[in-house]
Amino acid sequence: MTSAISVSGLVKTFGPTRALDDLDLDVQTGEVHGFLGPNGAGKSTTIRILLGLLRADSGTARLLGGDPWKDTASLHRRLAYVPGDVNLWPNLTGGEVIDLLGRLRGGLNKQRRAELLERFELDPRKKGRTYSKGNRQKVALVAALSSDVELLILDEPTSGLDPLMEAVFQDCINDERERGRTVLLSSHILAEVEALCDRVSIIRNGHCVETGTLAELRHLTRTSISAELAGPPNGLTSMDGVHDLVAEGNRVRFEVDSDKLDLVLKQLVTSGVRTLTSQPPTLEELFLRHYEDAK
Amino acid sequence: MIGTALVGTGHLVRLALRRDRILLPIWIFFLVFTTLSTTTALEQVYGTQESRALLGVTANANSAFLAMLGPLHDWSSLGGLVVWRWGVFAGLFVAIMALLVVTRHTRAEEEAGRTELIAATVVGRHAPLAASVIVAGGASLLIGVLQAVVLIGKGLDASGSFAFGLSTASVGLVFTGVSALTAQLSENSRVSNAIAGGFLGVTYLFRAAGDAAGESGPQWLTWFSPIGWTEHVRSFADNRFWVLGISLAATVLLVGVSAYVVTRRDVGLGLLATRLGPAHGRIGTPFGLAWRLQKGSLIGWSLALFVVGMIYGSVAQAVGQMVEDNPTLGQIVSKIGGADAMIDAFFATITQLLGLITSIYLVQAVLRLRSEETSFRAEPLLATPVSRWGWVASHAVFALVGGAIVLAFAGLGLGLVHGVQTGDVGTVLPKMLGAALVQLPAAWVVAGVALLLFGLFPQFTGVSWAVVSASLVITLLGPALQLDQWVLDIAPFTHVPKYPDIVAGPLLWLSGVAVVLVAAGFAGFRRRDLTT
Repeated sequence: MTSAISVSGLVKTFGPTRALDDLDLDVQTGEVHGFLGPNGAGKSTTIRILLGLLRADSGTARLLGGDPWKDTASLHRRLAYVPGDVNLWPNLTGGEVIDLLGRLRGGLNKQRRAELLERFELDPRKKGRTYSKGNRQKVALVAALSSDVELLILDEPTSGLDPLMEAVFQDCINDERERGRTVLLSSHILAEVEALCDRVSIIRNGHCVETGTLAELRHLTRTSISAELAGPPNGLTSMDGVHDLVAEGNRVRFEVDSDKLDLVLKQLVTSGVRTLTSQPPTLEELFLRHYEDAK
Repeated sequence: MIGTALVGTGHLVRLALRRDRILLPIWIFFLVFTTLSTTTALEQVYGTQESRALLGVTANANSAFLAMLGPLHDWSSLGGLVVWRWGVFAGLFVAIMALLVVTRHTRAEEEAGRTELIAATVVGRHAPLAASVIVAGGASLLIGVLQAVVLIGKGLDASGSFAFGLSTASVGLVFTGVSALTAQLSENSRVSNAIAGGFLGVTYLFRAAGDAAGESGPQWLTWFSPIGWTEHVRSFADNRFWVLGISLAATVLLVGVSAYVVTRRDVGLGLLATRLGPAHGRIGTPFGLAWRLQKGSLIGWSLALFVVGMIYGSVAQAVGQMVEDNPTLGQIVSKIGGADAMIDAFFATITQLLGLITSIYLVQAVLRLRSEETSFRAEPLLATPVSRWGWVASHAVFALVGGAIVLAFAGLGLGLVHGVQTGDVGTVLPKMLGAALVQLPAAWVVAGVALLLFGLFPQFTGVSWAVVSASLVITLLGPALQLDQWVLDIAPFTHVPKYPDIVAGPLLWLSGVAVVLVAAGFAGFRRRDLTT
């Protein structure tokens, strides 16, 4: 398989801040690649360098076999981009913006445009200033998804969408995968990443700290369990995969590695379970865990 | 009810002052300092009673001076000279300050969605408007008082100094009211500023047309202009403080109407409702988009300068009339070439003024690039096959070619009306068109500086306005203040040949300078990061 995006040793500084610090990233052709990281980690900076909007200080970046800074126009014909902060021209309608961006990319698929407008329930006749944040994002999404391009670069495209539209978005991205498109999806929403992405890269402070398939990253996830038992807990302390155990009488709180969940629950049942709450890890917990492990 | 509607005003005033902590002091310093430097310069140049008397006769006989600066009411004192030389401009600048400040804290905040954030806290419905009126009005008054203090410090008559200072402040107050109202009309702060600025331009022109031909002209027009009112105060001559009552009444009325409109509309919306538009677009090129974004401004400026041209064109005939009406004046004028020479001098000054005004349009067209960039609207465009140069060119063409169109309309207005009045449109029109268009290379240089800043130092693109102001002040005030030649030479308009003696040399090298500046701007933008 060839790489649609291949970045190595990328460095970018803004005055005193080092936004990207020796960043590596590899996106295979035809995959949906999740790009995760906390605010200010450097996701948007990376994307802007890939789009030729920023110039890297050092390192190499290859995009669809070309140089993103030098071959801007020819590369941009083959990709579509949805920015994280979509700002529309106040007096242009959504439909006009969709058609403008489509034409600039060399034409868009009219049938898909109509279909997407319907799926996203977007009225293209409204003026840019009257759209809500979510609707502005829909405008950019419809423009990008109705273009016939090889690569989609999406920077937190669903941060303003409601759950219903989030589901529509996920359907659309699955369709794109079937069409053989490559997608770079920057996101904060772990559920979205889990549902869509073949592989994931996690960056922190401008550096890629983890990359791999979701199964490979599974070892990072832990589930929080809190339970009320019939008697005192037995044998939990010594079990492999149990962390941060707090026991107060018959109540226990602990975290467990996801691949050990089955064994640990079996052990818990031996003490008699009255109530049980389990919580999947949030994105932040995933990061925190990861850095604890990395230390 | 009024009590609760104003809750939180104090906090918002502090917020506004905090946000404007650099901008406002610059405005205040600029206006007060210019008052001081103008006074000092006039004191040196017109130190003697004789020199002032001579100036008095020529100033009130020269319709170019009259149109630009208004009549010189009192040439017996230094104060009268300061009022004449600086009063109209001080009024214009303080008005611009006031309208920018009010829009910035009302409509622009609402447009950005920040008013919503504020309105959800313990803040009364009228508090945002009240706070912006207090800040803009307060700054105007402070400028007026400081002006008076500076003049008294120079040993001028106290009541005259205050009459002048308060006159300047009164223009700021009226335009605080004007922009308080225009901020209610549109959902877009740019439109709000444009309407208020357009009103300022039109009322300046009423005043200019009313003054240009002295008593032979339509002097009543000056009563329809807030800047005209300040002339009627006749500071240092008669100190008619009662005229300021008109400004005050107008301010109260405008603010009152605005406050009423606030209670009649939703936060975020304007009085001018937004309609649905087309579901499909026809724009498919960067230029197509730039045309859509810039055409309103281009058409507006073209029409405005066409009308300005017509007004000045119609005054030219009265300039000749004024000479014939006044035998003593006729004698003086005949020494410099008679009524025709005077009309030529009038056109030379007017076309220069039109060129200076047009340079504002050019810079504004260039700065659109920067606002598109900072609002993240350039980003999705530049992520398509549109090249950096293609995008810059799509807007720059509105400055470079659009500027020619605006100036041509100005020349057309001048030539048509003056041609019809003299009964010779065929010869007058091309001459006036030429006289207007020779200003273009100088305006290009100013726009070139703006493009250079945009390309190389994007953070300092706003300095372009300082460049425009400097070029205006040096060109308009420099000669009378007898500034050193090298200072005058900095301003590109100094080098434009004066009508009717048009020579190609300066036009060519000015164009050359503009080409270098524009090229540097393009090259710089191709190489730099997009920034906000």
